[in-house]
Amino acid sequence: MLYAILCYHDEDFVGSWTKEQDAAVMTKLAVVQEKLHKQGRLGPVARLLPTTAATTLRKENPPLVLDGPYAETKEQLLGFYLVDCKNLDEALDVARDLGAANPGGAYEIRPVGMFAPGGALK
Amino acid sequence: MTDTAWIDAALTSARPQAVGALLRYFRDLDTAEEAFQNACLRALKSWPQNGPPRDPASWLIMVGRNAAIDEVRRGRRQEPLPEDDRSISDLDDTEEALAERLDGSHYRDDILRLLFICCHPDLPPTQQIALALRIVSGLTVRQIARAFLVTEAAMEQRITRAKARVADAGVPFETPGAIERSERLAAVAAMIYLIFNEGYSASGDTADTRKPLCEEAIRLARLLLRLFQSEPEIMGLTALLLLQHARADARFDAEGTLILLEDQDRSKWNQKLIAEGLALIDKAMRHRQSGPYQIQAAIAALHSRAERPEDTDWKQIDLLYGALELVQPSPVVTLNRAVAMSKVQGAQAALDMIEPLAPRLSNYFHFFGVRGAFLIQLGRNEEARVAFDRAIALANTSAEAAHIRMHLDRLMRDSKPREKKAKTD
Repeated sequence: MLYAILCYHDEDFVGSWTKEQDAAVMTKLAVVQEKLHKQGRLGPVARLLPTTAATTLRKENPPLVLDGPYAETKEQLLGFYLVDCKNLDEALDVARDLGAANPGGAYEIRPVGMFAPGGALK
Repeated sequence: MTDTAWIDAALTSARPQAVGALLRYFRDLDTAEEAFQNACLRALKSWPQNGPPRDPASWLIMVGRNAAIDEVRRGRRQEPLPEDDRSISDLDDTEEALAERLDGSHYRDDILRLLFICCHPDLPPTQQIALALRIVSGLTVRQIARAFLVTEAAMEQRITRAKARVADAGVPFETPGAIERSERLAAVAAMIYLIFNEGYSASGDTADTRKPLCEEAIRLARLLLRLFQSEPEIMGLTALLLLQHARADARFDAEGTLILLEDQDRSKWNQKLIAEGLALIDKAMRHRQSGPYQIQAAIAALHSRAERPEDTDWKQIDLLYGALELVQPSPVVTLNRAVAMSKVQGAQAALDMIEPLAPRLSNYFHFFGVRGAFLIQLGRNEEARVAFDRAIALANTSAEAAHIRMHLDRLMRDSKPREKKAKTD
């Protein structure tokens, strides 16, 4: 089963990291990613630009375009992983590993229903 | 990250909201700041043991408020606090939820007010910036003094003076109406732009010291945009700062001499910042409410999109400067437009465009730098030399002077018309 691990965190907080702090977190996360990659379990990984760059399309009739992210919450969706796991427990293990490398915030684990690798993207 | 680094980042990010709310309670800047400081001290003690609260800002507001109220009581009664002062140590979830409810509806205006009081028209720009960096960003006096290249004592004095003036002026506490809110927003945007420029206009030898000013301005712009997500001018401002700052690593050579846009190593441009800036400009354009920040950001965007200098869409840039002249007429804008014009229609047309500006820009470094560059292109080397001499006399930084001297050296070396090096950065 593929699981999406969605990374939620307070954007103001992550935005307050210095360049060095940010780089240190990224280095730690890379270690976890490398492990998953060697096991052939890691799909695409994305870090999203700040929610200020987001636009929301509400599927009303006609569709409504709004500035900003979909949900106005304290924590924002900042990125995601696609990981191949046998079950939820295994997915949670991966999320714990990632969490140890980058504490704070939350990961939402969502089973993936359909996956197209989109190999054309580099 | 270490515990303390984590807590520092949490305190920094919660600061504008927490100090803003405390200012609304106490209606006095010093009391609000002191209450926040107290809350931070308690956080440093409590968070490593009990773990971080779910909502650091609400925690700090609650604890800061209680601490300040106790302080007032203590002062009034001249007696020690009762032993069972549990309001501070036992912040449970219900209280947190209450704090959230109290502040959720206010926090936009709280933060805007906090930024706005720093923009008081009586304060000279340097004091506005210093005050905002101290109060809103929470930089220490030492950090601010370093960025401004003055002594700590001088900066301390500047901030104290600014605070006194703001206190005398009276802070507007009522919830602002729509028109007032948009006026405040414009003043705050201008102040953030000033902070950025303080950092951006640094010369090579001070660029690293002053870079935090640019980063802080971007942080404040993003904060403002989070609060007012549908304001195209705030999108434009944020985009402008991101696109300019994306070039930071390419702007100076090893000796600290300014490198012009067309000579910069474009592989050093920060593509992540550029992507964010371009995304914001795209969003802003959809609103079809143009404004000076959006136009300037659009110009910066065209430069960012050009992989090589010769790919630059100067025609479009010329049109955008034309639009900027309409909404924000200024000789400096016209001077910048002339640079674009020189690429599209040649140096003579550009020179004709700037000649009428001479009386108003007779003390402006860039005017003579640009004029000299146009004159070289036209082969009028003697006049160019006069213009460059004047530019050096007016240079504000050693990097500016060094740059013009480079032009002069080239002139001395050969009298042939050189390839143009007009100021576009």
